[in-house]
Amino acid sequence: MESLESIRERILQAVPGAQVDIIHNPSPSGQHSLLVDAEHALAVARFLRDDPQLRFDYCSNVTGVDWLDTEVEEKVRTRVLADGREKEVEETQKRVRPGYLEVVYHLYSVALRHGPLVLRMRTGNRADQVHLPSLTPVWRSCEFQEREVYDLFGVIFDGHPDLRRILMWDEFQDHPMRKDYVEPDDYEYEPTPHDAVAEKARRWISGGVAPEPPATG
Amino acid sequence: MDAGLRSELQRHGIFVTTLEELYNWGRSNSLWPLGFGLACCAIEMIAASMARYDLARFGAEVFRPSPRQADLMIVAGTVTKKMAPQVVRLYNQMAEPKYVIAMGACAISGGPFKQGYNVLKGIDRYIPVDVHIPGCPPRPEALIHALMTLQQRIAEESLTGPNRPRHLRPDQPGEYPVPEYGPHDLVPPKNPEIWHPPVIQRPV
Repeated sequence: MESLESIRERILQAVPGAQVDIIHNPSPSGQHSLLVDAEHALAVARFLRDDPQLRFDYCSNVTGVDWLDTEVEEKVRTRVLADGREKEVEETQKRVRPGYLEVVYHLYSVALRHGPLVLRMRTGNRADQVHLPSLTPVWRSCEFQEREVYDLFGVIFDGHPDLRRILMWDEFQDHPMRKDYVEPDDYEYEPTPHDAVAEKARRWISGGVAPEPPATG
Repeated sequence: MDAGLRSELQRHGIFVTTLEELYNWGRSNSLWPLGFGLACCAIEMIAASMARYDLARFGAEVFRPSPRQADLMIVAGTVTKKMAPQVVRLYNQMAEPKYVIAMGACAISGGPFKQGYNVLKGIDRYIPVDVHIPGCPPRPEALIHALMTLQQRIAEESLTGPNRPRHLRPDQPGEYPVPEYGPHDLVPPKNPEIWHPPVIQRPV
C-alpha cells in the first residue's frame, strides 16, 4: 500500500476542497489515520473505493469514540515591563477544548490484499452538531455498524437507509457508550462489592434511595 | 400411612398409594420444558437433552415449541433488558402448573454483566423462580440436578391445606406484569411483590 502522505495528496487532487489531515499514532503499531471533513467524506470514500491503486472494497469495522471537553494547558511567553526593564514572563493559560464524537472506519482491499486504512470523521460537538454523512452507500457493510454507533454514541448518519437503534430498544433515550452516561442504579444486592460498585452497594445498604439518572442527549 | 406397613403390604403384592402421590408422581416425571435458549447456557441445555446426558431418563425430553404446551421454563442464558418482557410474556402464556429453572450466572443474577446497563440482574425480578443453578455455564449434570430437585419439590407438594402450591390458590396470581420499555430502564425495574433483595449485613 502506498504511504498515507501520498494517499492524502491524491485525495486532495481528486476531491477539490476536501480537508484531509493525517493523525499520527505514536504507539508501536504506528497505525496512522486520515481525518476527513464531514462535507467531503462521501466523495473521499468513493475515491478510496474506486481508485485503481487503492480499491478499498471492504469496510471491516465502524466504531465510535467519545471525546469529552478537555482542559488544555498552554505556556505562553509574554514580555512585560517591570521596574522600567523589559522582562520575559512565562504564563500558563488554560483553555477548554470542546469535546466531539469521532467515527472510525477500517478499510481493507480484498482485491489488492492491503489494508487497513483508518478513516476518521469528527462531529462539531457532542450536543446538537452530531450529524455525519453515512458511508453505507459506499460500503454496504457499514449499515449495521453505523446503526450501532448511532445507538451507543448518538451520531446521526445522514443518508443512512435505515437509521434505527440496533441493540437497545426504540424507546431508549440515552447513548450508553458516551463517557458521561449514568447507568440505572439497580445494585440493591451485591455479594462482593468493590470500588465503584462498593459505593453503590453501600448507598443501598444504608437505606439510601438511588438518584434518578440525568437525561443525556 | 406408615412406611413399614406399606412395605409389608407391597411384599404381599398390594400397592397402596394416595391420590396426591399418584398425581405428583405423574406430574414430576413428565415435565415438558419450553424449547428456547437465550445464550451459551442453551448449548449446555441442548447437550443435556441429547444422547450423552439424556434428560429423557427423567421424563423431561419433550421440548415444546409453544408455551401453551409446556410446563417448565428453563431460562438458559443472559436475559437482556430488551428480551426480558418477552420472557415474562412467555411465562404468562404457559398453562398452570408451571415451574421455572434459572440456569447460569446471568439468569440468576446478571452474572459477569451485572455492572452493565443492558442486562437484567436476574430473571427472579419479574417471575418466581423455583430452582437456581449457578455456573458459567452450568454443566449438563447441574441441569439434571436442578431437574431432580424440582421433581423432588413437586413430589412434596400437598394438594390441599394451607401449604398447597400457587396454582391451586385462587388468590395467587398466575400471570405477572410484563415490564415496559422506558426511556432509561425497564418500567418497573423489578416486581417488588416477588423480588426481595437479600439483606447484607456488613460494616458500613
